[in-house]
Amino acid sequence: MSWRRLWAIVLKELRQLSRDRVTLAMIVGIPVIQLVLFGYAINTNLRGLDAGIVDQANTAGSRALVMDMLATGVISPVARADTPEQLIAMLRRGEVSIGVAVPPDFERRRIDGRQVAQIMVDGSDNVVQSAAVQLAQVPIDSATPDRRAPLVSTPAGGPISIVSFYNPQRRSAINIVPGLIGVIPTMTMVLFTGIAIVRERERGNMELLIATPLSSAELMIGKVLPYIAIGLVQTSVILALGRWLFTVPINGSLLEVYLAAGLLILANLTLGLLISTRAQSQFQAMQMTFFVFLPSILLSGFMFPFAGMPKVAQWLAEILPLTHFLRLIRGIMLRGASLWELWVDVLALAAFTLVMMTAAILRFRKRLD
Amino acid sequence: MSVNGNGNGIAIRAHGLTKRFGSLVAVDHVDLEVPSRHVYGFLGPNGSGKSTTIRMLCGLLTPSDGEIDVLGLSIPKQAEALRSRIGYMTQKFSLFEDLSVRENLEFMAAVQGVPKARAPKRVDELIEQYHFGDRQKQLAGTMSGGQKQRLALACAVIHDPELLFLDEPTSAVDPESRRDFWEKLFELADAGTTLLVSTHLMDEAERCHRLAVLNRGVLVADGTPIELTGALEGHTFVVESADPRRAQRVLVALPDVLGVAQVGNALRVLIHGEGDALSHLKEALAGSGQEADVHPAPPNLEDVFVAVTREKREPQERAA
Repeated sequence: MSWRRLWAIVLKELRQLSRDRVTLAMIVGIPVIQLVLFGYAINTNLRGLDAGIVDQANTAGSRALVMDMLATGVISPVARADTPEQLIAMLRRGEVSIGVAVPPDFERRRIDGRQVAQIMVDGSDNVVQSAAVQLAQVPIDSATPDRRAPLVSTPAGGPISIVSFYNPQRRSAINIVPGLIGVIPTMTMVLFTGIAIVRERERGNMELLIATPLSSAELMIGKVLPYIAIGLVQTSVILALGRWLFTVPINGSLLEVYLAAGLLILANLTLGLLISTRAQSQFQAMQMTFFVFLPSILLSGFMFPFAGMPKVAQWLAEILPLTHFLRLIRGIMLRGASLWELWVDVLALAAFTLVMMTAAILRFRKRLD
Repeated sequence: MSVNGNGNGIAIRAHGLTKRFGSLVAVDHVDLEVPSRHVYGFLGPNGSGKSTTIRMLCGLLTPSDGEIDVLGLSIPKQAEALRSRIGYMTQKFSLFEDLSVRENLEFMAAVQGVPKARAPKRVDELIEQYHFGDRQKQLAGTMSGGQKQRLALACAVIHDPELLFLDEPTSAVDPESRRDFWEKLFELADAGTTLLVSTHLMDEAERCHRLAVLNRGVLVADGTPIELTGALEGHTFVVESADPRRAQRVLVALPDVLGVAQVGNALRVLIHGEGDALSHLKEALAGSGQEADVHPAPPNLEDVFVAVTREKREPQERAA
């Protein structure tokens, strides 16, 4: 690996980019357009949300209430906790997206007509939030085995209260903007490197390059590096616009937001490189990019909640970088989680990058046949 | 610039070189020997296997069969070691059209490993030598064909390669630029570089020190231009008649005439076989009732080309 040759490639890419007005416009234009378009929410119903349950009352009535909630099919219990605090921690780590807490004085509250239970919801996901509203409609009367004991009064807003963590006002932009930090690079980064190699092949530059001492790794890494910077510029545009137009908060560390974004950018750039070593023409590279882009949008949890998808779709989604990134960015930006707490997805993105880069370097031959 | 370690100055040696693409045999058992410090020409029509051969020689294509030794290295096994010692000018302009003249040169200097301390001086030197002084900031894509070829050559020699491959370097260039370009090639050969140039232009082929004629992937003749044309002495004639088209019809029908080409009002005839060709031609024309003046003409490379390609094809046609 020669740093001089690597730098020569980086410099060449940057110079070419600076003369390519369409691509330059794309770097800033796509984030702005998408942000404005997706600012409008997309809402759906769903079932099978991962839920954590705390039943501190543990009476016949409280157990019946929990069973009724499970019977709606909206939630499926994956964890039991002893205290509401444990539930909150699970929410932050992203282990559950909904928490049901029944306080010790459940029976007392029911008779007093106060709110008898609480649903805690990860408000960083819009769809989960609307599911919680649906869940809170479970009639408290039918949950009571003793039908003759009437409620003294019904508290305003229903007997079950909903607490939305991380997005108390239930604004959809709060979910959409962090998602876009992932969606936009998924589209543009793959495209940038997707055409990078094949373009030089089409223009005839490649025959010249492979006849020089330039190595595959120098060429591949040299092509990725400039676009990491471009990707981070895009991230900044989305963050700034999100802040300015939709007042989206960054609850976690800004550095970690950029680190996570960097991981996703790398994953997509290397995927693009691999596409580029396979594609026969720029047009074909573009088609292949869309082949990856559509599942990313649909399966990653950006548009539709991950929990609501069939198992096969979930397995597929686990392969996509965007799925892991969404977990990271929602965790960091909205729930204030740290990268360390979300290490599984960090590892997944890093592994994806490594596999793609290796495959691209191995697939690229300094031969014409 | 050292003469390679191959003893008495053979830069390229190939034996039984063959390349198959599926059922198509693009290069068919070519034996080749290119002496150092020579301008060696590959003459052949489009599709004759010139580019494929060059690509195999510089290690870009893997031969289906045969052995290659370039600058003492076994190709394609040691192709990577060869890269820094050769320059390759592709048939199609392959530099970056959206980089300037200077940027292209700087890029190639870095990629070819010209020492960092020397690179700026070398770039300046080439800009001067190749007359880019007033347009070093111009984008390569906006230049004329001749200028692009000059830039491509400057980039190909930036690391002072011992061996230079040029694949139809002047096919898109006007005659004036072509002359200048060849001046540069001879300067390089004088300085000790070996050049392998492919072409389908006869006037270019005539300039080469030595020449190999390729047809349909087969090497049909090789030698110096004088050797090649000398072998045809007594076989070429010029026929001047009042109706050259009619005379052509008569001559083409003769069994030992290999080719008849009209040049202005005259016909250039290439005849095969022994005996008194001159009177044979005269008799044939007189027999068809035409007044014509027939006299011998010195053979040129085009005649060589027609002769070797026709001779090789004849047995096949008879068999078919």
